[in-house]
Amino acid sequence: MEANIFQYEFVIRGLLGAVFASITAGLAGTYVVSKRMVFLSGGITHASFGGIGIGYFMGINPVLGAAVFGILSALGVEYLSVKQRIREDSAIGILWAFGMAIGIIFIYMTPGYTPNLMSYLFGSILTVSNADIIALGIMSLILIFYFGIFYRTILYISFDEVFARTYSSYVDMFKYITTSLIALTIVLNIRMAGVVLVISLLTIPPNIAMLFTRVYFKIVLWSVITGFVGTATGYVISYYAGIPTGATIIFTLVIIWVLVKGTIHILEQLARSDSSRHLSQSELK
Amino acid sequence: MAYLFEMFSLSASYGANVVLQDVNFKVDDNDFIGVIGPNGGGKTTLLKVILGLIKPAKGKIVFNKELLNGNRIGYLPQISTGDLNYPVSIADIILSGLMIGKGFFSRMSDSDKKKADEVIDELGLSGMSELNLNELSGGQIQRVFLGRAIIGNPRLLLLDEPGNFVDTTFENDFYEKLRELNKRMAILMVSHDVGTISAHIKSFACVNRSLHYHPSHEITNEDLQAYGCPIQLITHGVVPHTVLKMHK
Repeated sequence: MEANIFQYEFVIRGLLGAVFASITAGLAGTYVVSKRMVFLSGGITHASFGGIGIGYFMGINPVLGAAVFGILSALGVEYLSVKQRIREDSAIGILWAFGMAIGIIFIYMTPGYTPNLMSYLFGSILTVSNADIIALGIMSLILIFYFGIFYRTILYISFDEVFARTYSSYVDMFKYITTSLIALTIVLNIRMAGVVLVISLLTIPPNIAMLFTRVYFKIVLWSVITGFVGTATGYVISYYAGIPTGATIIFTLVIIWVLVKGTIHILEQLARSDSSRHLSQSELK
Repeated sequence: MAYLFEMFSLSASYGANVVLQDVNFKVDDNDFIGVIGPNGGGKTTLLKVILGLIKPAKGKIVFNKELLNGNRIGYLPQISTGDLNYPVSIADIILSGLMIGKGFFSRMSDSDKKKADEVIDELGLSGMSELNLNELSGGQIQRVFLGRAIIGNPRLLLLDEPGNFVDTTFENDFYEKLRELNKRMAILMVSHDVGTISAHIKSFACVNRSLHYHPSHEITNEDLQAYGCPIQLITHGVVPHTVLKMHK
């Protein structure tokens, strides 16, 4: 009986985790992919590992440390790119390694055994707590409202910032808010997919979606759907096969991407040979 | 004639680098001015000062509040500012020209969308409203950005190097369109191509740190030298004969 209750709870938590992860990653990921800030997001992710290390060392919640590090590094890079005093990609590269270095140093200095360290690096649904799920749920709501209410403002700023500045004095404010929300999304999803892999959770679903549609909000919808299918499937497989959740999810998403891309390619080839056959038939007549 | 804005001994700089110095410049309703000058001479900076993107370091710019209240400036930036691969439709790009009156809670009404459809038809982009920029030709892309600039029916239109992307088949249509728009709005057009634009504009402004206004669409090399405005003439195809009396 007890095993059943445990299983039930486990399934619910996994399901909710998959739903919220795909909503947050879909919304944030579409923005990241469209605006070509995948590398920046990777930098934020790895920089936040510094916060995880300090969290362990000081005995506070590592996710909290990661959130502070993630947001500060996001704002720092945005600020530098606004000021344009430094090459943005170099700044990100430095931040990326610096965060990891801080994380490793502090975890090394933390006395005793550091539990769950692997789960932060590679993600594990087993260590995801109810609080983590609730945080992801709240984040989903925040993102839905934020992107819903300010849809055009966000879309137009990220499409053409120079033009947006001609009609709005809030461009920088929106950039800072959006990037901070993306940093938070990344940090909260680290529990699911891990520092090393979480960026793929944001980038693969929109890339699958863009095979179907080029309309922004439809890309978001398809990202959430494919993200959910990939996350849930990966979760189930990882549970039964006893392999790390993050890696299984990303593996599943890439397989979906390859399958969809391959199917579309084959269909296009068929359509082309079909139309050329029609052409040669009409030539015969 | 009613003025739209006037600059009084205006200077603009990026840090210590003074780009515009002591500029006095007035633009009237229905002007059509070609803004010419060497690279780095301050042409784009001039537009950005007018748009309020750069604050003058010295002097001031005074707008005619009756004719130019906020939404009355249309802007066509150099093509490189928008990401051509961004997943945003032609219709939505053109609609962004209406953002100025909206604030950031912006919703587009049905009449806004109808207006966008009209602009799309007017610019010969019918049937393309759901496409992305990367599915269009250079000339079509330029028309989309022109649509974004004029959908708000501005009183003043600023064009930054519109010739860069215009294919030759669209070039005549483009200038014809501008002539038509000039009936209801003043136009300031930055260009390298003095030869081509002189057939279409009414007057020149030569910008090379300082600004010299030339109240005619004919300009000679002597004029340009007197204005301290060294320009490399780029001519292709048949150049209108009124253009430039070559200096020996």
